[in-house]
Amino acid sequence: MSYQFEFADVLEQWPLFLKGIRLTVQLSALAVVFGFVVGLLTAIGRRSDTPWLAWSCGAYVEAIRNTPLLVQIFIVYFGFAALGWKVSVFSAATAALIINLGAYTCEIVRAGMDSINKGQIEAAECLALTKLQIYRYVILVPALEKVFPALASQFVLLVLASSVTSQIGAEDLTAVASRIQSETFRSFETYITVAIIYIVLSYLARVLFWAVGLIVFKRRRRLGLAF
Amino acid sequence: MGGSFNSNHFVFLMMGAVWTLALTMLAFVSGGVLGFVVSLCRVSPLRALRLITAAYILLVQGTPLLVLIFLLYFGVSMAGFQVSPLLAADLALTVYSSAYLGEIWRGCIESVPREQWEAAECLPLTRTQRMRLVVLPQAYKIAAPPTAGFMVQIVKNSSLASVVGFVELTRAGQLVNNSIFQPFLVFLIVAVLYFAMCYPLSYWSRKFETRSGIYARVQPE
Repeated sequence: MSYQFEFADVLEQWPLFLKGIRLTVQLSALAVVFGFVVGLLTAIGRRSDTPWLAWSCGAYVEAIRNTPLLVQIFIVYFGFAALGWKVSVFSAATAALIINLGAYTCEIVRAGMDSINKGQIEAAECLALTKLQIYRYVILVPALEKVFPALASQFVLLVLASSVTSQIGAEDLTAVASRIQSETFRSFETYITVAIIYIVLSYLARVLFWAVGLIVFKRRRRLGLAF
Repeated sequence: MGGSFNSNHFVFLMMGAVWTLALTMLAFVSGGVLGFVVSLCRVSPLRALRLITAAYILLVQGTPLLVLIFLLYFGVSMAGFQVSPLLAADLALTVYSSAYLGEIWRGCIESVPREQWEAAECLPLTRTQRMRLVVLPQAYKIAAPPTAGFMVQIVKNSSLASVVGFVELTRAGQLVNNSIFQPFLVFLIVAVLYFAMCYPLSYWSRKFETRSGIYARVQPE
């Protein structure tokens, strides 16, 4: 078989690709920032002594982690609209990604907090640190430090997962690709181009999180843990 | 409006769930075979083989599964091959799982204690014997929980096969919704069915997960 590759028609559409990249980056950035906050709060909630709080945080995490992102997006977008709570495509996509990432972040952060040695906490108590101080300096920050690489991988995966939002009509990179391929009839070239863009994006995201890790966790760097 | 949700709709959704399981099994078997080869290449003494598979993993893990499915469905058929939705979805899931399973299993192989490799070397076992008789039997045990955990990912990601029109659970949900327009109810039922398939696997995987942290709690979406 001889297939003539013809990238020119596809690459001519670069302004569209740029627009798609912008939306993908926007969606991912919002989801990572707020998803991290949601995950942090649910991780704290899951470890709390109040049974109903711990239980409901656990139920949220299990429900999200055991259902597909696509179905979650449909529920947020079509489901809530049908119940009379209309939201724009962009907000629905962002909300679904935040809810999704929150659950995964919660599990990672919780694993980090659970791994803090009991002796550390007892030592902090002996030094008469308040409960809040212990939570902050002894549990939370060291836990985040420990699990940062896992968190970073999860965030990179989210950049890729954001492609699923194209299914409710968010004009992200994947949606742009569908449009371009239907106009140019060069689907193979279009999707190869888009795959390369995603590979570059996820690589850039990796570098970004690595840099963030260096800046935020100075101790990590001192301990030589900064990968 | 085409009436309310009835037992016919539910049966249709259950049929979709069966197809989701079938697609998952297909992808798991073929992805597992390919992933096993990938993991062996990753620990191979040949540098070239290690580099090639590392590049393969990098490329696949850097591409969204959705784009992979489109590439195989629209792309390959444009290039002159007829690809059915099932085949495209199965191929995409196979490639996707092989990259992730390859990495997971490489970790398991490498986490077999160094002394075991050395002892096997001292007993003049050949490299193949060492792998087959000493390392792999121990790696299997370490690998079982994270593999079950990854199967959850395959079940969930098989939902993306709906975009090329393969009628699995998510697509079945869309079709039912198109006829009765009760998205909240329909997709909630779909979600519950997915949960029923995934939760036992997650539960089992977590219960038997070793404490050595081989499988960091990162799960691809």
